[in-house]
Amino acid sequence: MEINWHSLYFLLFASIACIFALAVVFTANVVRMAFYLMLSLAATAGLFFLAGADFVGAMQLVLYVGGTLVLLVFGVMLTAQSPFISIRTGGGDWVLAAIVGGLFLAVLIPAAVQSGASHENFPKNVAASEEDAVSADTAEEPASEPTAARIGLALLGAPADGSKGGSGYLLPFEIISIHLLVVLVGAAYLARPKRRATPEKNVAEES
Amino acid sequence: MNLLTDPVTISHYLIVGSVMFVAGAVCMATKRNALGVLMGIELVLNGANINFVAFGSEILARNPHYRLGLDGQIIALFVIVLAAAEAAVALAIVLNFYNNHATVDVDRADELKG
Repeated sequence: MEINWHSLYFLLFASIACIFALAVVFTANVVRMAFYLMLSLAATAGLFFLAGADFVGAMQLVLYVGGTLVLLVFGVMLTAQSPFISIRTGGGDWVLAAIVGGLFLAVLIPAAVQSGASHENFPKNVAASEEDAVSADTAEEPASEPTAARIGLALLGAPADGSKGGSGYLLPFEIISIHLLVVLVGAAYLARPKRRATPEKNVAEES
Repeated sequence: MNLLTDPVTISHYLIVGSVMFVAGAVCMATKRNALGVLMGIELVLNGANINFVAFGSEILARNPHYRLGLDGQIIALFVIVLAAAEAAVALAIVLNFYNNHATVDVDRADELKG
């Protein structure tokens, strides 16, 4: 049996991502939730690399795992007093969440399979000469090229993948830069040090 | 074991994306810790990112008529940046709430006044 290594690695990273995402849902300890989330997002970076998106995969590791999740872990550490580490939800809430989640999945997965299938089956009866060259190209495994330079060119305004005209992504790039500045100023102002309230009576009794 | 021998298609990536999305949505709905809700938001955005990268990938797109080019990957990049910004603001709000009320239980956030 000839093992397709690409599929094997996809199976490995996909199962790690899905299992730890479900572990985030089902665990009650907030510190463990943060760690499982870190593992799940690192596995999706592996999925990005397997799909040929090397720059996005690297940025996922740098920005998401190394930035956003570290910020979340700071938040967890600042607020992890002992009553708040494991706050449990009631049983009725879990049943309702399971029903809604199951229905949601039951709608999304057939949609996912169907939209992917229509992507695959390009019409076989179109046998014109210009189609033959393209379909012969897609019969083998298509090779991936590095995407960093092309993404950089697109962010500067020049669509560098020869696609159907259109402009690059310079305007969203500038908007995101201003957005990040505004977010920094706003978050720093919101989280400035103020007088801290005393803990509530029933919370302080446990410690 | 056709999963190990057949090449991976877009459907596999979409299924992984939908599982992460539903996990994030259930996490947002059921967690009582405010930071648990934030983690659900990150999971939801990540599921959407997997969808974007799958459609904007050049390895997975066999059909030459449906080539999306690099747009999917660039949009995924913008989503990552926006998720980081939104996580920063949300954490500032949660820390403010913790400093004012000494709890991160969202069930205690039932008064609109301060």
